[in-house]
Amino acid sequence: MWPLKWKKREQEYRRQREEFFEAVKRLNRRDFLKIAGLSAAVFTAKQVVPPHSFQVVDVVRANPQERPLFRFAYISDTHLYERELNERFVNAALRAVRDVNALDPPPDFVIFGGDLAQLGQPKELELGKQILSELKVPVKMMVGEHDWYLDMGEKWRELFGPENYSFDHKGVHFIVLMSVHEKDFWTARGMTPMERMLTVAQLDSPLQNAFEVGEQGREWLRRDLEKVSRDTPIIIFSHSPLYKLYRPWNFWTDDAEEIHKMLAPFKSVTVIHGHTHQLLTNRINNIHFHGMLATAWPWPYAPEGLPKLTVPMERPDPFDEADGTGWGTVDAYRSGYVDKHYNLWSRNPITVAKAYLESWGKEAIPPAPEFPPY
Amino acid sequence: MRTAKLLILIVGIIGLALVVTVLERRTVGAQEPQASGSSDRLVVQLCDGQTKLEIADARAGEVLPPEKAREVARRMMAAYAEQQAKQVSKWTARDRLTWEREQKRVIEEGYKLFHDWRALGGTIGISCDMCHPDAAATHPETYPKFQTQLKRVATLRDMINWCIENPMKGKPLAADDPRMIALEAYITSTRKGVPLEPGKH
Repeated sequence: MWPLKWKKREQEYRRQREEFFEAVKRLNRRDFLKIAGLSAAVFTAKQVVPPHSFQVVDVVRANPQERPLFRFAYISDTHLYERELNERFVNAALRAVRDVNALDPPPDFVIFGGDLAQLGQPKELELGKQILSELKVPVKMMVGEHDWYLDMGEKWRELFGPENYSFDHKGVHFIVLMSVHEKDFWTARGMTPMERMLTVAQLDSPLQNAFEVGEQGREWLRRDLEKVSRDTPIIIFSHSPLYKLYRPWNFWTDDAEEIHKMLAPFKSVTVIHGHTHQLLTNRINNIHFHGMLATAWPWPYAPEGLPKLTVPMERPDPFDEADGTGWGTVDAYRSGYVDKHYNLWSRNPITVAKAYLESWGKEAIPPAPEFPPY
Repeated sequence: MRTAKLLILIVGIIGLALVVTVLERRTVGAQEPQASGSSDRLVVQLCDGQTKLEIADARAGEVLPPEKAREVARRMMAAYAEQQAKQVSKWTARDRLTWEREQKRVIEEGYKLFHDWRALGGTIGISCDMCHPDAAATHPETYPKFQTQLKRVATLRDMINWCIENPMKGKPLAADDPRMIALEAYITSTRKGVPLEPGKH
């Protein structure tokens, strides 16, 4: 299926990878520095941008005694067209799947952050399902607006099940919450399903309404939370950020305050969301918020409303189509709060540690970009 | 003598045309309602769309007898002449309206192209707005500047064409292609008032 040139490169990639991880297993601190220097030198000599998964990065741990309970990975916002129209997004999704499959030890599961398809077409969703089925660990699916507004989720539910659900994993209560409902703007305008889809798919469209969990979703959440004790850590996956950042691009959930109120009695809540295609960090009282990277393309930061705790990622290089995109992993601790790793394909990975949020931005500050957004 | 007669004739025709305009406006109800108490007086408007004359001895909606209509036309012409005498600028209100309308039109055209990959000749479903919602991160005020990747000082236009050729997999537009001009108009309109900083990275 792949041209020979790519196949060779792929084999070389796997060989180097295996070698590297073997070396890592035997690592102490002194060797670590040696290998880190060596790997950097090799890449410099070859004049290639190193795939980050090879590059050795020293992770600073605020408390070396505290080990994460478990790790899961995320892939988000693949925005797939059919392969005949656009191979780039398909290849990016495949790359994320390969990267996640290469994790050793493997993550406990993968959360898919929504916007699997670009225009909600059955063929796009089916292609997405096929690509994700290559993951070696279980996948938890979340729906995005690009998956939903052609047939109001019919095909997505047929392929992946209900849009709201919860599960328990190693003492953490996980909730997947559909947060991209919109009040009807299409009937009065006499829009066809495709016109509705295209309107919602346009991030800067002034015609669409605000995202919301909606009354039914909130009722579902209320009933789900009834079963959960107050000191059980909660991790919520939502497609839109579960707070209000920037309404014109729907970096926004309209009933966020009501959701926060429902979550206020719980000891620790973490929200991990898609939609924003960028490094995004926020904290509101007991709730920590983390964005997910897209595999398809990065969004610019909104012109206003950026949370104070967000250290933005450097503006992506338009000449490198993988820059600003990637996938990531999440290390969950006993408290339920997490270290969030952004595995950018063309940059060094960036970690937003739980210590950073717990200290309200005073400790473990992520690296600031040299060239921030305009 | 002949020239004077001709002049009177021309003035008369213009005057009549003005009156017709005024009467038409009244019949379709286009006249703005008057704020003052003397709202029942006839108000006429010059063709600049701004100057208004209140006719003291005529009621709103009244159809004027010919002599009176001629008198009104004469007064309007006088007002017009007075305006012309004071006129310094070469440009009229009509010019201003044209500028605004054309600017708006070309910006709207640019907005459409910015959101339509087919119209720009893209071939893989990627449109400008997908990476640049509301033209964010286009920063037209920073060009021209050296673009390392192109190895030369580049303009906004170069970058537009770069995006069309690369992420969108289309063919570059000529500098005078109306679509290029429309895109430039839309993109720059979103940074109105931002200080120019050519060379900024």
